[in-house]
Amino acid sequence: MIRFDNVSKSYPKQNRPALRDVSLEIEKGEFVFLVGSSGSGKSTFLRLLLREERASQGQVHVLGKDLARLSNWKVPHMRRQLGTVFQDFRLLPNKTVAENVAFAQEVIGKPRGEIRKAVPQVLDLVGLGGKEDRMPGELSGGEQQRVAIARAFVNRPMLLIADEPTGNLDPQTSVGIMKLLDRINRTGTTVVMATHDQNIVDQMRKRVIELEKGRLVRDQARGVYGYQH
Amino acid sequence: MRAQFVLSEIVVGLRRNLTMTFAVIVSVALSLALFGGALLMREQVSTMKDYWYDKVNVSIFLCNKADAATAAKCAKGAVTAQQKEQIESDLRKMDIVETVQHESADQAFKHYKEQYGDTAIASVVTPDQMQESFRVKLKDPEKYKVVATAFAGRDGVESVQDQRNILQNLFDLMNGMNIAALGVMGLMLVIALMLIVNTVRVSAFSRRRETGIMRLVGASSFYIQMPFIMEAAFAGLLGGAVACVLLLVGRYFLIDHGIALAEKMQLVNFIGWDAVLAKLPLVIAIGLLMPAVAAFIALRKYLKV
Repeated sequence: MIRFDNVSKSYPKQNRPALRDVSLEIEKGEFVFLVGSSGSGKSTFLRLLLREERASQGQVHVLGKDLARLSNWKVPHMRRQLGTVFQDFRLLPNKTVAENVAFAQEVIGKPRGEIRKAVPQVLDLVGLGGKEDRMPGELSGGEQQRVAIARAFVNRPMLLIADEPTGNLDPQTSVGIMKLLDRINRTGTTVVMATHDQNIVDQMRKRVIELEKGRLVRDQARGVYGYQH
Repeated sequence: MRAQFVLSEIVVGLRRNLTMTFAVIVSVALSLALFGGALLMREQVSTMKDYWYDKVNVSIFLCNKADAATAAKCAKGAVTAQQKEQIESDLRKMDIVETVQHESADQAFKHYKEQYGDTAIASVVTPDQMQESFRVKLKDPEKYKVVATAFAGRDGVESVQDQRNILQNLFDLMNGMNIAALGVMGLMLVIALMLIVNTVRVSAFSRRRETGIMRLVGASSFYIQMPFIMEAAFAGLLGGAVACVLLLVGRYFLIDHGIALAEKMQLVNFIGWDAVLAKLPLVIAIGLLMPAVAAFIALRKYLKV
């Protein structure tokens, strides 16, 4: 599913590389937490997965493809097989809940009949059945994140990438979101989630990958958040 | 992808940038109207050249009684019948001459009346003020000098005129206007392009949220860029349409009505509606394509895909 071979990434005008010689493998159907303090390289790791950036050295394989060799015009097709969720939800404020979810299907040219069937289905799955016509601004943070997850999942991606999805939510709401991500994971979708939320990591007991100053310092099955925090 | 979805995105985009869209339309319209005008002007000049160069080449004006008193070259008096015959036979002997046509003073008077009609000047002119002349058509209009040196200064000849010289001034003027129009067009074109680039930049920035989300869900770069390109093309199309209207109205007021040059300059053979209409598809096509290309280039810089 995901393989990093001795991956380094340095940005111009920065002395210290953001990632240094990271090698790891994530299998299909895994649920992986990516932890580390700010500036540890989590974001760069996720950006490499999405091919928003290219590795400076080493190889990144996602969904069986070497991203360095993937030509630019093929990148959109690769991203269609990924779902992404962010801390700030990234919903379109002038579209309804249903339109926001449908947007992900419209831009990749799904037929209208299919969209009309898939959108209520996925909204039911995330627990937002009946709120199709609400605007994002009328929803709570947790509900907005559920819309974002619905949008990420509506095309049934093989891999879901979540960048601190609970970062803006209170603990109780966060638990709900985590249950949802867990349920999505059980459908066979691989989930990679970057987080700072100690409670969640400790409760879920999933594989934990820890980065520190760009280096991979821990890769632990059924791990906890860490010792020093 | 579905047309309705794309179309609604375009309309929303154009409305969001209404003032910029308007500026693009106006600048595209002006530059294209000037472009079309320059094309038509060039066609007008070449029509007139064909028409006039075919009709006139060299005129040999002969002295009349009135000239004998005033013009130095005619000091020896009005042209005699013998001199006239000599000139005509000499002309016919020349290889470079194609046809020779004699115009009597009466005929000249008649033509003059036809040209100037009931104007104040025409009413005081009398037939004996008009000059007799030989209208010489040359096989090669450029050989005017040969005729000029052979006949200028001969007894009874007042002057030899290459009538192209008179027209040449007019054509030079029209060509000058043409170049000026093209220059202004170039300037307007640059302004139009810069406006389009700026419009695209602004709308790409104001829609970076949407385009970012589009990127995340795997929209192709073509799909992300197309609304911007379509917006520019649509604005350009409107500009092109306005330019077409300007050209049609321009011909209507300049030639047929309003300034009505066709009435005032009846000798000039003006270009017809068909010539104007023939330019419109080109104007529309450029109006559609140029902004689209400009937008495409601008997007490479301002829209990350």
